[in-house]
Amino acid sequence: MASKFINISLKVWRQKNANAKGAIETYKLDNVSTDSSFLEMMDQLNEQLINERKEPVAFDHDCREGICGSCSMYINGRAHGPETGTTTCQLHMRSFNDGDTVYVEPWRAKAFPVIKDLVVDRSAFDRIQQAGGFVSVNTSGRTMDANATPIPKDDADKAFEAAACIGCGACVATCKNSSAMLFVGAKVSQYALLPQGKVEAKDRVLNMVRQMDEEGFGNCTNTGACEVECPKGISLENIARMNREFLKAALSAE
Amino acid sequence: MSKSAILSSSIAKKYWMAITGLFLCLFLVGHLLGNLQLIFKTGEEGRRAFNEYAYFMTHNIFIKVLSYATYISILFHSADGLMLAIQNKKARPVNYVYNNPSANSSAASRKMAVLGSAILIFIVLHMANFWWKMKYSSDPMPIHTYVVSSTDQTGQPKTDTLYYTHTPSLQPIPTNPMIVVKNGTELYFKDVNVKVGDAYKDLHKIVMAFFGKSVNGAPTNEYALFAVILYVLAMAVLSFHLIHGFSSAFQTLGLNHKKYTPSIQVFGKIFAIIVPAGFAIIPVLIFLSR
Amino acid sequence: MSKLDSKIPDGHISQKWADYKNHLKLVAPNNRPKIDIIVVGTGLAGSSAAASLGEMGYNVKAFCFQDSPRRAHSIAAQGGINAAKNYQNDGDSVYRLFYDTIKGGDYRAREANVHRLAEVSGNIIDQCVAQGVPFAREYGGLLDNRSFGGTQVQRTFYAAGQTGQQLLLGAYSALSRQIGLGRVEMFNRHEMLEIVKVDGKARGIIARNLVTGELERHSAHAVIIASGGYGNVYFLSTNAMGSNVSAAWKIHKQGALFANPCFVQIHPTCIPVHGANQSKLTLMSESLRNSGRIWVPKKKEDAAAIREGNLKPKQIAEDDRDYFLERRYPAFGNLVPRDVASRAAKERCDAGFGIEANDTNEGVYLDFSSEIRSKGKQTAFAQGDQSPSDEKILELGKKWVEEKYGNLFKMYEKITAENPYETPMKIYPAVHYTMGGVWVDYNLQSTIPGCFVAGEANFSDHGANRLGASALMQGLADGYFVLPYTVSDYLADEIRTGKIPTNTADFDDAENRVRDTINKFLNNNGIKSVDHFHKRLGLIIWNKVGMSRSEKGLTAALEEIAQLKEEFYKDVFVPGSSDELNPELEKALRVADLIDLGHLMALDALQRNESCGGHFREEYQDAEGETLRDDEKFNFVGAWEYQGHDITKEILHEEKLKYDFIKIAARNYK
Repeated sequence: MASKFINISLKVWRQKNANAKGAIETYKLDNVSTDSSFLEMMDQLNEQLINERKEPVAFDHDCREGICGSCSMYINGRAHGPETGTTTCQLHMRSFNDGDTVYVEPWRAKAFPVIKDLVVDRSAFDRIQQAGGFVSVNTSGRTMDANATPIPKDDADKAFEAAACIGCGACVATCKNSSAMLFVGAKVSQYALLPQGKVEAKDRVLNMVRQMDEEGFGNCTNTGACEVECPKGISLENIARMNREFLKAALSAE
Repeated sequence: MSKSAILSSSIAKKYWMAITGLFLCLFLVGHLLGNLQLIFKTGEEGRRAFNEYAYFMTHNIFIKVLSYATYISILFHSADGLMLAIQNKKARPVNYVYNNPSANSSAASRKMAVLGSAILIFIVLHMANFWWKMKYSSDPMPIHTYVVSSTDQTGQPKTDTLYYTHTPSLQPIPTNPMIVVKNGTELYFKDVNVKVGDAYKDLHKIVMAFFGKSVNGAPTNEYALFAVILYVLAMAVLSFHLIHGFSSAFQTLGLNHKKYTPSIQVFGKIFAIIVPAGFAIIPVLIFLSR
Repeated sequence: MSKLDSKIPDGHISQKWADYKNHLKLVAPNNRPKIDIIVVGTGLAGSSAAASLGEMGYNVKAFCFQDSPRRAHSIAAQGGINAAKNYQNDGDSVYRLFYDTIKGGDYRAREANVHRLAEVSGNIIDQCVAQGVPFAREYGGLLDNRSFGGTQVQRTFYAAGQTGQQLLLGAYSALSRQIGLGRVEMFNRHEMLEIVKVDGKARGIIARNLVTGELERHSAHAVIIASGGYGNVYFLSTNAMGSNVSAAWKIHKQGALFANPCFVQIHPTCIPVHGANQSKLTLMSESLRNSGRIWVPKKKEDAAAIREGNLKPKQIAEDDRDYFLERRYPAFGNLVPRDVASRAAKERCDAGFGIEANDTNEGVYLDFSSEIRSKGKQTAFAQGDQSPSDEKILELGKKWVEEKYGNLFKMYEKITAENPYETPMKIYPAVHYTMGGVWVDYNLQSTIPGCFVAGEANFSDHGANRLGASALMQGLADGYFVLPYTVSDYLADEIRTGKIPTNTADFDDAENRVRDTINKFLNNNGIKSVDHFHKRLGLIIWNKVGMSRSEKGLTAALEEIAQLKEEFYKDVFVPGSSDELNPELEKALRVADLIDLGHLMALDALQRNESCGGHFREEYQDAEGETLRDDEKFNFVGAWEYQGHDITKEILHEEKLKYDFIKIAARNYK
């Protein structure tokens, strides 16, 4: 792969802190290798800013291999940028052309308030998980043998596909309603598909949905944007499954 | 928990949208089948069929129940939808400076609330034009009469204007000063105050006149072209609403399956095109045949 | 050597842990709520420890610098987790896992710890399945296994190429449950910057709220450090950008010995470096070596032509390819342990056969074409097609590979813009894991009483080289099945202590130390970014304390690092203030510790005059370039004691390793 270098113009959301008013700032950045990842390009911008003794842009990032779910930029009007099935850290500058203007904004949702620049608070996801995203089994290791309950491969695979969610919040960011249904649907589905999770299925779905609503996420209108932008390709089937689980639970719970 | 979950949770609100929406789809089918009487049968036959249909729709007890369910559905679907739209708006207090939603979703899916509101406005106008006139207007509704040409005993051609009545086996009731109309459609002998039959309201005539076609020389709507265009536009809006709404309702109800969902989606698309097109073609044809 | 009491219990190796557990002290359930425990780090070890201790009834406070405990870097582990379940009926057993791990670690790990690890390995799988971890399964509904390097059995459980993610989410779900129940208090976006000792015991930490910048005091009766490894000392590694040594280094500075810092694992299959702005390296799971064959061209001119872009790998004839691992290690072939595979790749590239067109020509091929053909044929036959066409074979083969490694192939394509189904992957070794870490005894307690260290942050189980799929095993073993017992044993004497106040001189001192350091950086008014120094540090360590080390290089490294340290404190520029989210400040604090740690690594590598596992000293190799261990002089754990700002003054303590149940032998994978 032959490296190419491009010059770009960046329009980045800058916001001092949660209470400050933010605005878009424009930066010129030259000699960006097309083999660089988007975050490496941001590193380059920050290095430039530091050399100009300006404050670098704050953004969340960690593993830089598409699995931790930290990175969270809304790039040119799309969560994680123009490629599908990709996190920002795996987006490469070869997706951009010389002379491009690139908008970089934080996730926007009431439930994800901006902390600084491009950094948002996604702890709402943690609280949803705490409301029921688990199997209530003690950690003693004194459970039954792992192979005591065979699980149909198809169910196990589907549970895995749902569990592949990295909790990045792209679904919320891209949804015009800031709905968290894909995230919650994936969690509910993972456990609903496995025999270990079925025991608590009713309480789980009711509690997680209640918490989701309390956090101020919007409602799902099935636009399907989340599925398209999800870096892990989590399917809308998971939302449908949650809807089924919810109906079962709401109708039968006492 | 379960009570509040059924009533107030975000998913429950979506259920109600889906259930009422699908019910309204059924209503659309019924309504369309009726309306098609306007074009499938022509002349007096079509007129009769349509007015009979209109009568049936306003008097059958089963239909009545259904129609109340329809009104409630429309109200609920609108109110619930409005509530959801407001909540959804609130869920993102600060918007993106630069957004490119068309990259990942269809315009129809994103504009459901706007499309729905437009449809609601249309429904209000539509009901004011036809349904309200039919049921509650203080202006007397025109009565369905028809002209029969025959020869009298002398062999001279003559025309009689007769009421189209519910009891066609009886002697035809002519329109003459001997007969008076009471309570909108009841026909009485003026002199003895005896009811001789029930006439039909002539909704057909109103519809035809509204869209510019004169029946038996009746005056027509001078804005008929405008009405036709508006009607067709409204049906286009409905089509977009259904293109997303139909399959979306299944997804909301949890009816998503690899095997069946593609078919539901295709059916939904066809439904969303055929049904509004069916509605839209009627005024166009009426207008063209004026 | 009173400093290093490993507290290994007596008895037969297979009974030690069971007997020991039976005699540990307990804390009664009614007393547990009176006791506070701090857990720093929420990876596999931290999450599982916090969840288990919370569940037992202790008051747990858990800390992570990420925005959610679920993002700890355990999440990035790909290939799998070992367990001696013998589900595949290929002769596996607890002993064999124990043996493989000791041998894989080149006889530099503690027997008793490793055996305990092997013993609890099966429980981990049971536990995870019960928690709803969706492991890969066979069509019969039972769990699937695959092979990993350094073993001849299939004992690795996996969830596609995302095993670490699934296990961490399992532990995170257990942790979330405890948080929801109010038994664990979670502090996201908090970084531990100091440990507080009271009367010599660990009694709390100073943590910085990374959002507000506030320094917080947290007290506890015991502190557990599960903060991961120090691979980021190399700047370029497969670690997450935030991974750091600070928590471990802070306790080192307060008296915890740091063991075997020179034992670092260089993973053979990573995507090669592309350029100067690269920020990290991406691992391609070891599991790929199950199916891929590693080669370079036999002729130097072919390698050169490939680098220049004049030749494609597919154009190299089979006979002109050097499958160097299969050639050198016929018994294990492409599945030799990581250190061996890495060195072999380096040897070929140093000899001029590298195929990557970057500054150093460092890269070899990992080729799936043979596997695609053979699996394609198998699948066709299984489908009843006895004479499949070539296209059919390729199609089915690619499908098979996709099912097994789809996400890895996708990831590779995203990063390199090359399709690994069509052309071989280019790979090269990169820093991946650190076997060294804080010295702990059998209880996982450091030399600071009340300060326990778990997971990659401690040194305990992997010796000089870790086998694939063992890191996940160790993290969860420590957190779920070891710490709950040993920490309780320690805490049994603390039930009368009562709440530990934070308004004391010890906390004042600790907080002031942190505040001074922060202020120093912010007022430094230097000229160069933190990354500038971090990259330079990385280059020094990679070149001189990397895959191959020499006395000359290490001596030079010591000087260069000392020089770098001086420059760093003089010239580093940290923008912003202390009372806000300030990523540059966070980095500066971490890099300061990494520089010291790097220094200690070089020191440790220099004293270890032998080659073992990941530690390869050029002076100590046999005629074929294999490692030469010195079991006479160096069969010890080297644990360093901090002596102040000048790292060269650190004192080495030796814990002799005794092998009573395993016969020490040369490590042979031929």
